[in-house]
Amino acid sequence: MSTPNRETPRPAAGRAGIKKELPDRFKDYRHVWVFIELERGQVHPVSVELLGEGRKLADKLGVQLAGVVLGPPEEATRNAVAEAFAYGADMVYLVEAPLLADYRNEPFAKAMTDLVDTHKPEILLLGATTLGRDLAGSVATTLHTGLTADCTELDVDTDGSLAATRPTFGGSLLCTIYTLNCRPQMATVRPRVMPMPQRADRPVGRVIEHKLWLAEDEIVTKVLGFLPDSQSAKANLAYADVVVAGGLGLGGAENLQLVKNLARAIGAEHGCSRPLVQKGWMPADRQIGQTGKTIRPKLYIAAGISGAIQHRVGVEGADLIVAINTDPNAPIFDFAHLGIVTDAIRFLPALTEAFTRRLSPHSRDKLAS
Amino acid sequence: MIEEEFDAIVIGAGMSGNAAAYTMASQGLKVLQLERGEYPGSKNVQGAIMYANMLEKIIPDFRDDAPLERHLVEQRLWVMDDTSHTGIHHRSDHFNEAKPNRYTIIRAQFDKWFSRKVREAGATVLCETTVTELVRDGRDRVIGVRTDRTGGIIGADVVVLAEGVCGLLGTRAGLRSMPKPETVALAVKEMHFLPEEVIEQRFGLNGDEGCVIEAVGTISRGMAGLGFLYTNKESISLGVGCLVSDFAAAMESPYALLDAFKNHPSIRPLIAGSEVKEYAAHLIPEGGYKAIPQLFGDGWVLVGDAAQLNNAVHREGSNLAMTSGRIAAEAIVQLKRRSHPMTKRNLSLYKIMLDNSFVVKDLRKYKDMPALLHTNSCNFFTTYPQLLSKAAQNFLRVDGTPKIDKEKATTAAFVKARSRWGLVSDAVRLACAWR
Amino acid sequence: MHIVICIKQVPDSAQIRVHPVTNTIMRQGVPTIINPYDLFALEEALRLRDAYGGEVTVLSMGPPMAENALRKALSYGADRAVLLTDRYFAGSDTLATSFALSQAIAKVGETFGTPDIVFTGKQTIDGDTAQVGPGIAKRLGLLQLTYVAKIASIDLAAREINVERRCEGGMQLLKSRLPCLVTMLEGTNEIRRGSLQEALCAARSQVVKWSAADAGIEDLTRCGLRGSPTVVKRVFAPTPRAEKAERIETAEKTPRDLADELVAALFTRQPELAHELAFNNDA
Ligand SMILES: Cc1cc2nc3c(=O)[nH]c(=O)nc-3n(C[C@H](O)[C@H](O)[C@H](O)COP(=O)(O)OP(=O)(O)OC[C@H]3O[C@@H](n4cnc5c(N)ncnc54)[C@H](O)[C@@H]3O)c2cc1C
Ligand SMILES: Cc1cc2nc3c(=O)[nH]c(=O)nc-3n(C[C@H](O)[C@H](O)[C@H](O)COP(=O)(O)OP(=O)(O)OC[C@H]3O[C@@H](n4cnc5c(N)ncnc54)[C@H](O)[C@@H]3O)c2cc1C
Ligand SMILES: Nc1ncnc2c1ncn2[C@@H]1O[C@H](COP(=O)(O)O)[C@@H](O)[C@H]1O
Repeated sequence: MSTPNRETPRPAAGRAGIKKELPDRFKDYRHVWVFIELERGQVHPVSVELLGEGRKLADKLGVQLAGVVLGPPEEATRNAVAEAFAYGADMVYLVEAPLLADYRNEPFAKAMTDLVDTHKPEILLLGATTLGRDLAGSVATTLHTGLTADCTELDVDTDGSLAATRPTFGGSLLCTIYTLNCRPQMATVRPRVMPMPQRADRPVGRVIEHKLWLAEDEIVTKVLGFLPDSQSAKANLAYADVVVAGGLGLGGAENLQLVKNLARAIGAEHGCSRPLVQKGWMPADRQIGQTGKTIRPKLYIAAGISGAIQHRVGVEGADLIVAINTDPNAPIFDFAHLGIVTDAIRFLPALTEAFTRRLSPHSRDKLAS
Repeated sequence: MIEEEFDAIVIGAGMSGNAAAYTMASQGLKVLQLERGEYPGSKNVQGAIMYANMLEKIIPDFRDDAPLERHLVEQRLWVMDDTSHTGIHHRSDHFNEAKPNRYTIIRAQFDKWFSRKVREAGATVLCETTVTELVRDGRDRVIGVRTDRTGGIIGADVVVLAEGVCGLLGTRAGLRSMPKPETVALAVKEMHFLPEEVIEQRFGLNGDEGCVIEAVGTISRGMAGLGFLYTNKESISLGVGCLVSDFAAAMESPYALLDAFKNHPSIRPLIAGSEVKEYAAHLIPEGGYKAIPQLFGDGWVLVGDAAQLNNAVHREGSNLAMTSGRIAAEAIVQLKRRSHPMTKRNLSLYKIMLDNSFVVKDLRKYKDMPALLHTNSCNFFTTYPQLLSKAAQNFLRVDGTPKIDKEKATTAAFVKARSRWGLVSDAVRLACAWR
Repeated sequence: MHIVICIKQVPDSAQIRVHPVTNTIMRQGVPTIINPYDLFALEEALRLRDAYGGEVTVLSMGPPMAENALRKALSYGADRAVLLTDRYFAGSDTLATSFALSQAIAKVGETFGTPDIVFTGKQTIDGDTAQVGPGIAKRLGLLQLTYVAKIASIDLAAREINVERRCEGGMQLLKSRLPCLVTMLEGTNEIRRGSLQEALCAARSQVVKWSAADAGIEDLTRCGLRGSPTVVKRVFAPTPRAEKAERIETAEKTPRDLADELVAALFTRQPELAHELAFNNDA
């Protein structure tokens, strides 16, 4: 949802108050679809998170939940189908074609658009990854339907329409967006915003296969190669169980080593607030927050981070947030669970040692007993 | 390799620079204005009081579209000690006139508007461009400027330095000296955001009416200084300022002062629940008449804060800046019309015109004030406010003490603190300086 | 080569405040800036022009004051600026925005030469959807290259373009064809500072202003609020967390004691963490 010229948003007024009258041609659009994204042969975790969310929506609507799998005729694709069922799909739409081996907009957009036109879902959810956003934008435009990006909450309204809530104005406000008069109602959700559902060993259900009517020579864009990220950049920050992050309060690039040391000692990933990326002290994929990664670790330690709203929205899902900040009034103490008002530069080494002492094999045995 | 020639280059897009550029451009001169900020006003975050009369002389119908916050209907002068204030208020419905005299403005917005007017008048305005050097010819005449952008020199018949109080450029070029710590005040200021209705309620205002509080006393911890509070539409500008030399001598931090001011029991309830945004610090020239440098030379003039034209006693700055900018521009336009070169001799016309205006007349009137307040700051800013507070309380508290004894006690307290001779001399000196 | 780049003027969201009582946005005094992501695209466009020759046209849809953003783009060295402004565009969502922009780009093509590349930023900081770029591509039938980190080469004669595109877990090396739409990734370059000459030029050049009619948009039902399938029904502030952080007292404690206390507090609150961390430590 972009709001280029919109006046100060006001609660339900104007068009928002209009009774939604769905044109007849959309009346038979039914069921909730989740796009199952394959990343190098693996199901992207965001797709699993979406299956969990999609299940809830489908149950509320009393309709079925379907996974959409687009991929090459390979084992990985079949595997993705099984995963979709394991995480709650009632059925799967499958397009298998060699053209779908690597992501390219043209074949994927065509496959998805054709599927929607044929099988008419009322809700279509995608992960807000580089792939999902690329695909969703062009599919929504082709279908002339609404698309709400980066939702943090999805729900079904009393009249059965999708209420998609997302942050706006840099996270200082939330807004709930509806798609009127058009179907499907499309939404993207960022990785880690929704919780991961339980996996269950369930049998493979109905798989509806669909053909891709497209030949390689009709596709202009060619994939020449793939450069995987180096190991260091592969940081799986979003999915780490423990994250230690530093902010501007650390004063200088050299002090980031303190954060990395602590992270290494407890097997955590390290991250940072945005200004550190802007200063070039950390690579962009280490940024946590609204324009960086959303994280949901079991433990998040923030050192020298003020806790601006754009940072907050990226970490609120953490189970336990520890804040280290010299300013007792820093906003981070409003949402952290444990707070220490102290100089992080002096405190981080001590904390690293304390963890090391505590986690040494000897004391670990004591803990376990 | 001169890139281009202009009739005049104006350095700075503050009040004085905009007034000068507007006046020259609307008289048909080819004007280039250079501003280092991202946009005009980007460096001037403070809300302030703007005096309509001086702007009217430049843009008569400014009220049609200028971003004005509130017109002032009430002024309060508070003398404070740590827990009380004693005040003089003046509020009048006469200030609700068709063309009000004083407005609060937010400089960032106001300067942008003013700059738009300058552009509409035909001047070329370049922002994010810092003038790094005045370029002179072999005979030491200023003939243009160099900037921090690649691509040469820009030439002009005359350069108007409207670069504000620090005036690095003029200083570097030897046109003026760096302002001394005892002639500049450092003001720190915050914007406190509150809903419009809350502001109106707290200050008893209707619609666009506004109120100003100025405060002297122990808030400046014995230094020569002032606290101020201006109501804007949806915010309150709040700050304190003291002489830089005093800050240095007393080792006080401006922020601590502002903090104490905010937490004063008389101020705190007025800003309760507000959200603070924009903290700014800025210098104000306070040397008065005696600090005014040479204002003109071959190919250059100084205007506004850069020329130290600021009336500290009445806290007027922007109006002196606008007026000096306009007058310099008018002088330049006159010379240009008569095809006179922009020599030092010819540009003395600016000084003659300025001497005849309220700008220099007012500054001359208070020429001894800065020195007086500075040397006596402890008495004027601590002793008297405390005495006044005590006197007021003594007077108001009804406790069975005969009135005559109360008066005697008050007089005794004044005498004890300052001695009879001290009181008389303070009064005489104040009166002389005021005259 | 003719390059069109779409930029949007946005409120600097770092400075936006929410009215404490009414929960609405207080825009007063909030400065507007060029969407920071668009600057990467603009710089890339300028570099390509410098390398291959041609012109760069900047295009924006927005209220009249968006002219400032365009002027700024000119001062960086863009050759021409077009502002698409009309009250019919008010309230556009991404679908309506991409419709209006694509129509305007078509008109720009007719008037100033068909574009070889259309650039957009990765996303905006107010809308933050990253949809307008793909939307424009689809409507104009341009090949779509999103999240481009680097334009490796362009062969104007063969109308070929090679790019590095960020995707999950790495970079895709793609070969595609002109005309195409590129959305630039952030951090790929740094916006230049225009020369004195360019700044003077920008200060004097006129921003071309087009209404819907000027841009050749006939179907107004596809613009603005009417052309937007999505509607914002409710705006509200996030609910604050009920209680504040539990403070660990620091008075007169050494960092070592404090650290021990914190670690103990952590494990008391979340006993399973002990195993988690210990386990990780082995790895
Ligand atoms: C559109 C937009 C998107 C944004 N997206 C993001 C985003 O995704 N992620 C993000 O993080 N930010 C984002 N921001 C920026 C955000 O608004 C804040 O500016 C940023 O999070 C502040 O970073 P910080 O806390 O490191 O720095 P600061 O706000 O400067 O805070 C530093 C803190 O360190 C404390 N401190 C100082 N010294 C010490 C010490 N020795 N020991 C301990 N504490 C100390 C200070 O008290 C202070 O609280 C975004 C902004 C915008 C406008
Ligand atoms: C806290 C505070 C409150 C005040 N309140 C009031 C009030 O209520 N009423 C009142 O009348 N006055 C007030 N004043 C004084 C008033 O603000 C100044 O007198 C007035 O702004 C002076 O205008 P100016 O144009 O001379 O300088 P400035 O407004 O300072 O403008 C100078 C401009 O030049 C630019 N510049 C400087 N160097 C260069 C360079 N080398 N190249 C390019 N550009 C350059 C600067 O960026 C700046 O924009 C207040 C001052 C302060 C600090
Ligand atoms: N109103 C607009 N005018 C011009 N370009 C726009 C506008 N809105 C979005 N864009 C472009 O589309 C990109 C993605 O925007 P969004 O989909 O809002 O995140 C931006 O980076 C801009 O390049």
